[in-house]
Amino acid sequence: MAYDKFTVLTSTAVPLPIENVDTDQIIPARFLKATKREGFGDNLFRDWRYNGDDSPKQDFVLNNPIYSGKILVGGHNFGSGSSREHAAWAIYDYGFRCVVSSFFADIFKGNSLNIGILPVQVSPEFLDKIFLAIEADPNTELEINLPEQTITILATGEQQSFDINGYKKHNMINGFDDIDYLQAMKGEIKEFEAERIY
Amino acid sequence: MSNQASTLFDKVWDAHVVRKIEDGPDVFFIDRHFIHEVTSPVAFLGLESRNIGVMYAERTFATADHNTPTINQHLPVQDPLSANQLKALETNSAKYGISHWGLGHARNGIVHVVGPENGITLPGMTIVCGDSHTSTHGAFGAIAFGIGTSEVEMVLSSQCIMQPKPKKMRVNVNGKLGKGVTPKDVTLYIISKLTTAGATGYFVEYAGDVFENMSMEGRMTVCNMSIEMGARGGMIAPDETTFAYINGREQAPKGEKWDKALAYWKTLKTDEGAVFDKEYNFDAADIEPMITYGTNPGMGQGISKAIPFSDQVEGGKATYDKSLNYMGFHENESMLGKKIDYVFIGSCTNGRIEDFRAFASIVKGRKKADNVTAWVVPGSHIVEAQIKEEGILDILTEAGFELRQPGCSACLAMNDDKIPAGKYAVSTSNRNFEGRQGPGARTLLASPLVAAAAAVTGVVTDPRDLL
Repeated sequence: MAYDKFTVLTSTAVPLPIENVDTDQIIPARFLKATKREGFGDNLFRDWRYNGDDSPKQDFVLNNPIYSGKILVGGHNFGSGSSREHAAWAIYDYGFRCVVSSFFADIFKGNSLNIGILPVQVSPEFLDKIFLAIEADPNTELEINLPEQTITILATGEQQSFDINGYKKHNMINGFDDIDYLQAMKGEIKEFEAERIY
Repeated sequence: MSNQASTLFDKVWDAHVVRKIEDGPDVFFIDRHFIHEVTSPVAFLGLESRNIGVMYAERTFATADHNTPTINQHLPVQDPLSANQLKALETNSAKYGISHWGLGHARNGIVHVVGPENGITLPGMTIVCGDSHTSTHGAFGAIAFGIGTSEVEMVLSSQCIMQPKPKKMRVNVNGKLGKGVTPKDVTLYIISKLTTAGATGYFVEYAGDVFENMSMEGRMTVCNMSIEMGARGGMIAPDETTFAYINGREQAPKGEKWDKALAYWKTLKTDEGAVFDKEYNFDAADIEPMITYGTNPGMGQGISKAIPFSDQVEGGKATYDKSLNYMGFHENESMLGKKIDYVFIGSCTNGRIEDFRAFASIVKGRKKADNVTAWVVPGSHIVEAQIKEEGILDILTEAGFELRQPGCSACLAMNDDKIPAGKYAVSTSNRNFEGRQGPGARTLLASPLVAAAAAVTGVVTDPRDLL
């Protein structure tokens, strides 16, 4: 699935300082019944965002107009639980292109990279700085520089570097995906398969 | 050939690397691929939009489980969206020549129950599915884990995924488990010690005499829950218990193939002196029947203990308070005696025959409490048949329980089996996340014995008092 190329993203950010945000919160199971990948953004964080009668919960950050942007900043252990890629689709569909946290669950991280969302892992201290900066000024901009692998709080110039493997970085910068890569090596896979005992 | 001591995990992983990418993931070959109706349709759409096909259809197995009803399965599925997904699975499977055990098929059931019980899951395999509880199959000494839909598309089109090799962890539990302490309690105990993110980035091997003495059903329960501490998967070295379980199952190797496979399986164990990135040791005697009190599976403890204070647990106070507030619980309260509205026994965690035997051992001669609504949901039609053959159904019926039809059911509440808002459910499933079992539902994770004790008393009860 082709996705937007990612190089440098400068944007305000939406803060969600809750730990262990699981993918059931990001997109509850009852909204997984579609057979297409578009449209999940409407139900992103559904049960935190809306009351049972579908009226918005005023105290949830996505309903607060002072916060916006293409970067979601979450608490420790973001994206735990179910492997549903729909969670990443919902985040992408809503308009986020980057999630920042001090720790990500494995499957969510992989799913994000596979669909063009950059997961940026920072230290717990730097995450606190980001939350404080946004709290002080919701217009605080963050700069995510993928080629340089840095995240910067623009107002203060505070910066940290983040990890990503070279293969995935190249893919994201160019908008390539793994299927293109795998299709190009089917001969090698066939030879491998022929030797399998199962 | 290196003579370096290696782990079970290394042996299986390294045997499946087609290509290593420098500063990147391994191209990792997948022996068995399970698909279900929820996480596969978009992968098939992807194949169509790229105009590519399925490379090895015989390596993929489809079963319908996530949003299937658990009553009246012979009637058309009422929810049009669910019906549409089920139809898509059927159509896509037929189009590409994939084996499909749909609703009503004699071998239909939860993907992680039907794989092992039909001999599709074997030691030394790599197994994936668009479902995080694929870790279940690690009980056979397979590397098994959940993947996203993009990866489902990769497996369909190339039988490979791109996967960085995880770090290695070993969790040893030695000693003798006490009365009323089951595999579910062992796993909830480990998760409570490691926390919900404690094994993120790792693949776990479970070792020690507790697992050596455990049945295959029990091992599946333990490996199933590996993801709940963040691990991609968990595995247990195959042994005589494993071989005896597999022997004779429908799709298991037979004759000469069996002998060859068995010889290979016997090499699948961690060598003496092999090194893990992290290792934990626990004593079986410290484990009580467990129950969770919060909104992630790491928030569990011995059933007789009081709910901890926020400063006694890892993580921030705000998150902890939010969790207890959702549950309607307070610090330092006892769990015993808390009133229960629902009991759910089933799921890929505890939906196998042994789980229903355990449940029936407490229910026998007692009656379901009037305040409790109970959903008893077998993991497959084969389990359902066993329940009937063994007389468990008679015990359940006598006590006022009804047996439903197989599926994931209230574990994730995609179908109509939803716990109402604010209600308490003792559940043998795997996740107590907010809203997991229905919007506003409050889940207490526990073993089949604890679930049975709650079902007959109407409150959280120590099952040891009823055994």
